[in-house]
Parts: sequence; structure tokens; C-alpha cells
Amino acid sequence: MITELGHFALILALFVAMIQSTVPMIGAARRHVGWMAVGRSCALIGFALTALAMLSLMHAYVTSDFTVINVIENSHTDKPLLYKITGVWGNHEGSMLLWVFMLSLCAAAVALFSDNLPPALRARVLAVQGMIAVGFLLFILLTSNPFLRTFPAAPNGNGLNPVLQDPGLAFHPPFLYLGYVGFSVAFAFAVAALIEGRVDAAWARWVRPWTLASWCALTIGIAMGSWWAYYTLGWGGWWFWDPVENASFMPWLVGTALIHSSIVVEKRDTLKSWTILLAIITFSLSLVGTFLVRSGVLTSVHAFATDPERGTFILLLLVAAIGGSLTLYAIRAPSLKGGGLFAPISREGALVLNNVLLSCGCATVFLGTLYPLFLDAMGGPKLSVGFPFFNRTFAPMMVPMIIAVGIGPMLAWKRGDLLGALQRLWVAYIATALVLLVAFYLTYGGPVLAVFGLGLAAWLGSAVLTEFAERVRLFRVPLGDSLRRAIHLPRSAYGMSFAHFGLAVSVAGFAASAWDKEAIEILKPGGSIAIAGYELTLESVTRVPGPNFMADDAAIRVTRDGKLVKMMHPERRFFPLQKQTTSETSIRTNFLTDLYVALGESDTQGDWTVRVYWKPLVPWIWIGCVIMAFGGVVSLSDRRWRVGAAARSARRGMAEPVTAAGE
Amino acid sequence: MRRFLLLIAILMLVATAARAVEPAERLADPGLEARARVISSQLRCLVCQNESIDESGADLAHDIRMFVRERLVAGNTNAAVIQAVVDRYGAFVLLKPPIEPATYVLWYGPPTLLAIGLLGTLIWLKRRQSTPAETAPLSTDEARRLDGLMRGNDA
Repeated sequence: MITELGHFALILALFVAMIQSTVPMIGAARRHVGWMAVGRSCALIGFALTALAMLSLMHAYVTSDFTVINVIENSHTDKPLLYKITGVWGNHEGSMLLWVFMLSLCAAAVALFSDNLPPALRARVLAVQGMIAVGFLLFILLTSNPFLRTFPAAPNGNGLNPVLQDPGLAFHPPFLYLGYVGFSVAFAFAVAALIEGRVDAAWARWVRPWTLASWCALTIGIAMGSWWAYYTLGWGGWWFWDPVENASFMPWLVGTALIHSSIVVEKRDTLKSWTILLAIITFSLSLVGTFLVRSGVLTSVHAFATDPERGTFILLLLVAAIGGSLTLYAIRAPSLKGGGLFAPISREGALVLNNVLLSCGCATVFLGTLYPLFLDAMGGPKLSVGFPFFNRTFAPMMVPMIIAVGIGPMLAWKRGDLLGALQRLWVAYIATALVLLVAFYLTYGGPVLAVFGLGLAAWLGSAVLTEFAERVRLFRVPLGDSLRRAIHLPRSAYGMSFAHFGLAVSVAGFAASAWDKEAIEILKPGGSIAIAGYELTLESVTRVPGPNFMADDAAIRVTRDGKLVKMMHPERRFFPLQKQTTSETSIRTNFLTDLYVALGESDTQGDWTVRVYWKPLVPWIWIGCVIMAFGGVVSLSDRRWRVGAAARSARRGMAEPVTAAGE
Repeated sequence: MRRFLLLIAILMLVATAARAVEPAERLADPGLEARARVISSQLRCLVCQNESIDESGADLAHDIRMFVRERLVAGNTNAAVIQAVVDRYGAFVLLKPPIEPATYVLWYGPPTLLAIGLLGTLIWLKRRQSTPAETAPLSTDEARRLDGLMRGNDA
């Protein structure tokens, strides 16, 4: 009964979305206030309906309703409650429902928090979001319906892939999708602006918070996925340039570019058509990401759907969304005139460089991800494009970018003084040189590139701190004055410093992975392994039952100089239902280095393979991501986005109703 | 095709069970073993997604690891070992795609794009510098508001 209600709600949501995508659009064109207002109601109703659909599917999972095919295929009565709930999006149908739910959430948020938007712009934005919703709701209802029943009921379900029964991966999709789908708001704003033929500072101000919020969610989502890979795969790898990872990385790269270029639109009223293009591309890549993962053109741990029909449908959706918006762009973009002038050496110039490098980086990832598919489709040789390719193409582009991130914020708008900026960064040179020397000395004979990477991180980190010190004129004016300046700095300035500093922290983590140490041994209970000054002794392996698995739990005593550091308990878990074994690694971190232990196979004589890794700075990768996302949140809390400032620009926008430059 | 994909998916799931280089595989000669590790990290586990055979626990990865070590013991150079693996499994096994006409776009695309991007931006910036940007004229409404502002009462 509840399942049918959910199914019905989803069908109803489709009809509501159809109204949302047409009526407000027509209303905006004819300046009919009543018709425009329909968009808002539709967005709110649509959200309520998709939420109902989502909840009813969750209900079916929680109550283990084995007449619902989706529940049979992906759940089991013995599964812990958490994974019954998160299992809802651990499969194709459910994850698409989550996608649409997130989309309706964004549309509802736009409807609720856009009082200061000109009604025509709001109507158009909501209409574009309605169109996207129509496409995806049709996709779900026609090809991937999670509400289908079967009779008689199955005695029990097939269970969820054990690999997915993990807290990290349980919450990875919602964040990732919130990021993907959040970019639909920027996309809708871009399309609406193209229809209106008007992009100005006010427009950039409305778009930026949405872009920032999506970017934060995507950052966290990607970091979670990478962290999951790290602690699950049993040898500590955290990024494979796997097409599925790349699919989420591409929108992140362009989304980052978008955040930066929209600053230029807001502050200097220029780079408009480029920013619109970036907004379109960012969401298009989110769609491509969904397509890559969901259509089954790639197969990897993440890709569960291998159904060509769905692939064709998503491909059509892609063509309609990307093709349509780019056509509109081609028609309207020439009428968007650039505003303020600036010299190549200026804040604007630095942000343009950021955009060029990030876009080229994204294009490189795109090429590396899709070229093998393209070549294969053309009947060419089958290729693998792995880390060596990206290390040689993508990484070199990011080096100048990271260097530039340190300098860019020191340049003034319009016309910057590069030499002056470079002189003011003297502290950063000393810090970088020190780090380079110490790292080179400590790791003499080791990989030189890693030292260089660490130097880059030191450069960026110290440059960010220098820039902040300059802003508050630290040591130039009395300390109290500096403090006052720091308090009055806009939140967006703090946000930038945090985000850039986070990048530096992550870069240090990436670089230091070259200094990993490993020790893999077959141990009998009592045997031990020595690594990086630690001594690990396998004391015992005991069999412990879990809720839906059997675990072999190893007790490993970690000592340093004879003193106990920690007891570590890596496990191997056997899931009888799926006949699969997973590895629960045990990680001891002091936030500088990780000691990583995984339990391998045992032989008949009771010997166990034990893998131990010592990984310097690896936690910084994810700490850096969290700092970056935190920077985004801090920037979001800037008062510019709040009522006062925004209301004024809105009045300006409202005084200028629908006058498209092309009309 | 679907069956093939399914097979890969199943193999991958199996792959999560066992893990990477096994102690039993290792060669007694530490020099040879170190070379084996270097070679292994360049070779793709054919049934995994972008994992090298050094990292993967799939049975096939084990087989290739053993094959690499056999060739090393037989006295082959690193290049010869990699060539032998490619002869057996095809270029797909290389994580670093070879540079050949079919991959020119892949390898030379990114630097070309960057060069075009940087050059194009530079030209665009120069041209913008020389031609004063047209400022969009004020709309009647904005003109009225400006007028109001000039007279000192905010519109």
C-alpha cells in the first residue's frame, strides 16, 4: 500500500514537473504574474511528492517488504538497519530516485530562498529545473522503476553487496549527488539568463551561493569515496583515475573554475559569457558522470547497472540537455557584452589563468576517461589509460596552477603589481626553501618528485598565510589593529584562505604518498613485523560472528621501543549470503602518519598473511578536503549573500523586467 | 557483451577477497623482486578497473605477477618482460598507453589544448586592451533611477 502511494506520488511528481517546466516559462515570456508564480508552488509540491516516494521506498526497505523487486534484489532481513536505509541508494533504481529527490530539494530551495529574485528570472530558473526533473522522472518511471512488485513474495532478499555495507560508502552517494544536482541550479540560472539575455553582477551574486554549496557537497562526496577506497581496498590506495572517479572529478574541476569566474562577473561585470558556458559545462559533466556510471559503458566497483536501454535513454537526455543549452548559448552568448577592462597582470588575469588551467585539466581527464571508449567504438585497439598518463599530462598542468594560487590573491583588481606581490611573498620563499631542504635531507636518495610536491604544498600554504597576514597588516600596525582588521574581514576572504590552505594540505598528502613503506609477511600467531620503528605482533586470530557475516578478527599488538602503542584489530569478514569476503582494515593515525594493517588469507596451517603499511601525511589528503569544504561553507556565510546586500541588487534587477538583448 | 561485463563484475567481486602481492610469490633475490614490483606497478590487472597487478588480488593478476617473475629469473630486461606480457595479453595491459598514431590525440591533445588555451587567452586579453569595451547603454528604467540618485533621493 505505502509502496503504491510512493509510486503514485512519483507519477504525480512527473505531471507536476511538466507543469513546472512550461507554465512559468510561458508566464515569464508574457509577463503574467500568476503563471510565473506557478513555478514556486510546483517546486514545493514536487519536492513533497518525491520526498514521499523516497520515504515509501525506505519504508519498504526498513520493513523488508519482499514483494518489491528492488528490495528483494538489494536487501535482506539480517542486514543492519543503517544499511537497510542506505541500501535504498546502493542500487541503480534507488540511486536515481535519490538523484531526483535531490533535484526537487534544490528546486524547492530555490523556490523558498529567492524572494529577492526578479519574478521572471525565478520563474525561468524553476522552469528549467522542471525540465530536468521531467527527463529524470521519465527515466525512472520508464526504465528504472524501484516500486515494481512481484507475487508471491520472496522468502528473503539477496542482500546488499558487502562492499557497500560500510558507513563511508553509505553516505558517499548523497553528498556526491547533492553536488552533481546542486550544479543544476547554476545551470538553470545560466539558461534563464540566456533566455533573458542579461547577465550582471546581481545574477552572479544569486548563482554563487548555489555553486559554492554544490561544490562543498561534491568536495566532501569525492573525499568520502576516496577515503573509502583507502580503508577498504586493503593496500591503502586512494585514487585510481578510475573512470567512475574521473566522472565525479570533472564536474569538480569545472565547478571550481565556475566559482572563480563568477567572482569576476560579480566584482567586475566581465567574463560573463564564459561563466555562463562554465555553468552549462559543469552540469553537463555532472550528467555525463551520471551517464558514465549508470549506463554501464564502464564497469567498475561503482557501476551496478549494465543495461543498454537505460544507456540509450540517458544518452538522449544528455543530447537534449547539453545540446539544447549549448545551442541556446551559441545563439545568445554573442549578445552578452563584456564589461570592465583589466590588464593581463591583475586579479582578473589570475582568475582567467585559473580558469584556463582548470578547464584544460578537466579536458585532459575527459580525454583520458573517454578516449579509450571512443577508440574502442571506432574499432581501434583496446587501451588502458592509467595513472602514468594522468601523472604526465594532468599533474604538470596543476603545478603552475598551485604556484599561481599563491600569487593570484596578492594581485589587485584591474591592474596588479606582480613584482610587488612577489616581493611581499618573501616569507613564503623562506618557508618553501626550508621545507625543501629538510625534506630532501630526510629522504635523501628517495623520490625527488615527492620532495618537489611537498615544496609546492609548502609554497601554497605559506603564501596563503602571508596573504592573510598582509590583509590584516600583521606586524605593520599594532597587534590590536591587526586583530580588529581580522575581525572585520569579510567571511568570503576567510573562505578563500581556508579553501586554498586546504588545497595545500591535500597536496602535501598526495606528494608524501611516494614515501610509503610496506611490509607483507606470513605470520603465525606470535610472529611479528617491523616497520618504520614499530613492531607489530600477531597475538591471535579469533572467529567472531557479526550481524550478517562471520569475522576473523586478528589481535595485533603494536609496540614502539618496547612500549605498547595500540592493539589493532584488522578483520576478514565472510558474508555467507553473497559468498564474499571483505577486509576490514585497521588504521592507527596520529594525523601525521597512518599505520595501516590488513589481514590477508590464511593457509591450512593457521598462518596468516598480514599486510602493514606506513603512510606519512596520508590523512592530510582528506583533512585538506574537509578544510576546503569548510572554506566554502565559511564563504557561504558571508553577509553579502544575506538579506541586506542582496535585496538592493534584487531591486535593481526587478526594475529591469524582461528585456532580452536579442528581442 | 552483457555477459562479458557481468563476468568482469563477478571477477572484480572475487578480487576484493584476496589481495595484491602475496609473500609466497616473492623472489629470493631482492634486486629482482624490486624490479618485479616496478614492472608490476606499470601493468594493469585486466579484470579490474585501473588497478595495477601489483595492487590487485584477482587470480589473473597473480598469474601475470608470476609470469613477470619467471621472465625476470630467466634473465630478461624490464623492457623485454613488459613486451612479453604485451605479446600475451595485448596493449590493454599497459597502464601507460603506448605513443602511436592511434593515441596521438590522447597524448598530444592535452598539451596542445593548453597551448591553444593560453595563447588564445593572451590574444583575447591583448585585443580587449586595445579596443575599449562597449558599455551597454542604460535602460530607461536605470536612467530614471540614476537621475533620481543624482538628485539625491534614492529611486
